[in-house]
Amino acid sequence: MSAITGWRVTSGDASGAVLKLDEPVSFWGGIGPEGDIIDVHHPQHGAVVTGRILVMRSGRGSSSGTYVLAELLRLGIAPAGIVLTEPDGIIATGALVAAELYDTAMPIVTVSEADYQRIEDGVDLSISMDGNDAILSIDI
Amino acid sequence: MSLTLTEHEQAMLEGEQGPAVALSMRIITELGRIRGATELVDIDSVHIDGCIFYGQAGLDFAQKLVALGGQVRVPTTVNVGSVDLIHPHLILQNTERERWVAQGGRDLMQAYVDLGCRQTWTCAPYQMDSRPDVGRHIAWAESNAIVFANSVLGARTDRYGDFVDIAAAITGKAPRGGLHLDSERQGDVVLDCTSLSPETLALDVTYPVLGYLAGAIAGTTNPVFVGLPADVSEDSLKAVGAAAASSGGVALFHVVGRTPEAPTLEAALGSHVDAPVHHITAQRLNAARQELSTAREDKLDAVSLGTPHASVDEIAETYAAIVGGPPLAEGVAFYISTGRSVFAEAERRGLVQPMEEWGVTFVLDTCTYVTSILRPGTRTVMTNSGKWAHYAPGNMGVDVVLATLDECVQSATTGVVTWDRELFT
Repeated sequence: MSAITGWRVTSGDASGAVLKLDEPVSFWGGIGPEGDIIDVHHPQHGAVVTGRILVMRSGRGSSSGTYVLAELLRLGIAPAGIVLTEPDGIIATGALVAAELYDTAMPIVTVSEADYQRIEDGVDLSISMDGNDAILSIDI
Repeated sequence: MSLTLTEHEQAMLEGEQGPAVALSMRIITELGRIRGATELVDIDSVHIDGCIFYGQAGLDFAQKLVALGGQVRVPTTVNVGSVDLIHPHLILQNTERERWVAQGGRDLMQAYVDLGCRQTWTCAPYQMDSRPDVGRHIAWAESNAIVFANSVLGARTDRYGDFVDIAAAITGKAPRGGLHLDSERQGDVVLDCTSLSPETLALDVTYPVLGYLAGAIAGTTNPVFVGLPADVSEDSLKAVGAAAASSGGVALFHVVGRTPEAPTLEAALGSHVDAPVHHITAQRLNAARQELSTAREDKLDAVSLGTPHASVDEIAETYAAIVGGPPLAEGVAFYISTGRSVFAEAERRGLVQPMEEWGVTFVLDTCTYVTSILRPGTRTVMTNSGKWAHYAPGNMGVDVVLATLDECVQSATTGVVTWDRELFT
């Protein structure tokens, strides 16, 4: 077991298998209504984000991505949690709005670049909050 | 540093002014915390982008604010919706998805009216009677409106998007961060256009192509143009911004000698004295235009003008190019998207009826690239908009040629796509 301390963007506890993206995906135009990556230019085109801990360096793309994430949360097919290296207002707003509307609590956290490098695709990762700190535990 | 609220803001957050204000304040303050803002700023106006229907969650949010008694407290304009409320027959409802979007789009637009927004339904709120002054803080959403307000008007807005826009309108507050701050408004990269010929600088289509290149080069930073005419029109600057916000994420550009924060190159760059310089040549412009033009066929199906929404001047220029000239070719559709207030002014000037008789279809309240208006089977479209050329192939599955107004009109009268691939010199 290995622990990483990150920063809380949005609150919530989650665990799941990491889906680590080679490059960021835009929620708007990038993730489809089935929770899969539909951007044909994305190297992980076809991967399903539902229930995964989505790990990507940053957000990307249109501000209407808020809409798409809120809709995924409404339908229960969103990622379990999201790990970034820098805060992203578009993604955060989607989670904040869904929390207000549907009582969801999807954690979004940021970690340092060095810790980002340590998180490998496919590992089981759990996220919990301690104030503004986010505690990420990797099962190895 | 953490976000500090005034006593008044704290009371709003705690529900003293009702649940809609409290909910909106939760979103504004959380976003402020996430972005590292230390305080909120009072804003003068809001432009809403969240009124385009993308799914149930957006409708649920707007209707929840209505149910909680939400009302905007600053003048608030609304972007295009998914429906032309004045010409509802223009919206195709052939498929289940088209019917879902038409109904959801209508309900969503009604919710924003119920929240107290002005029924402007335009992506170009800066073409309306009241515009923010230099240095005023506003919270505008929709990328072309943001970049125009910051660059051409010199007002200050960060990049706001769906949900945050209405929360700012209901609270009158936004996080003081990003482009609200002097330090974020300095130029980051210089685009030197001094080698372009006077003929090229006088062409309408030069400006969307310049914007497209600026977005590709600058990404989300602030480009500074040098060598553009001091009297370059607002319509041309509109085209620059819309394209730069589409190909990149530009939210502010400067034009030395033209825009309010760029009397000189030194003033535009501020402390960024070592900003990199890119030389924009005619060759680069021709290549960029060819890259944006995906059409492989010669048969023209439609022309689409007015993205962002056409100004009265642009409608008058189109009038001059078509009325009295050769007729529209059989089988070609000719769309101009514009806002209600501009359309009313064009009607008052007597422009509309002769244009409609020639074959123009005016699209109000919405735009041809966000909803189903183009006839099924439409394959090749000409436009003078870099933004339309960037988005329509993906959104609408059509091929496009980015062209001058004259090329669009000439092709519309022959039915054959005609354009000069080496136009820029």
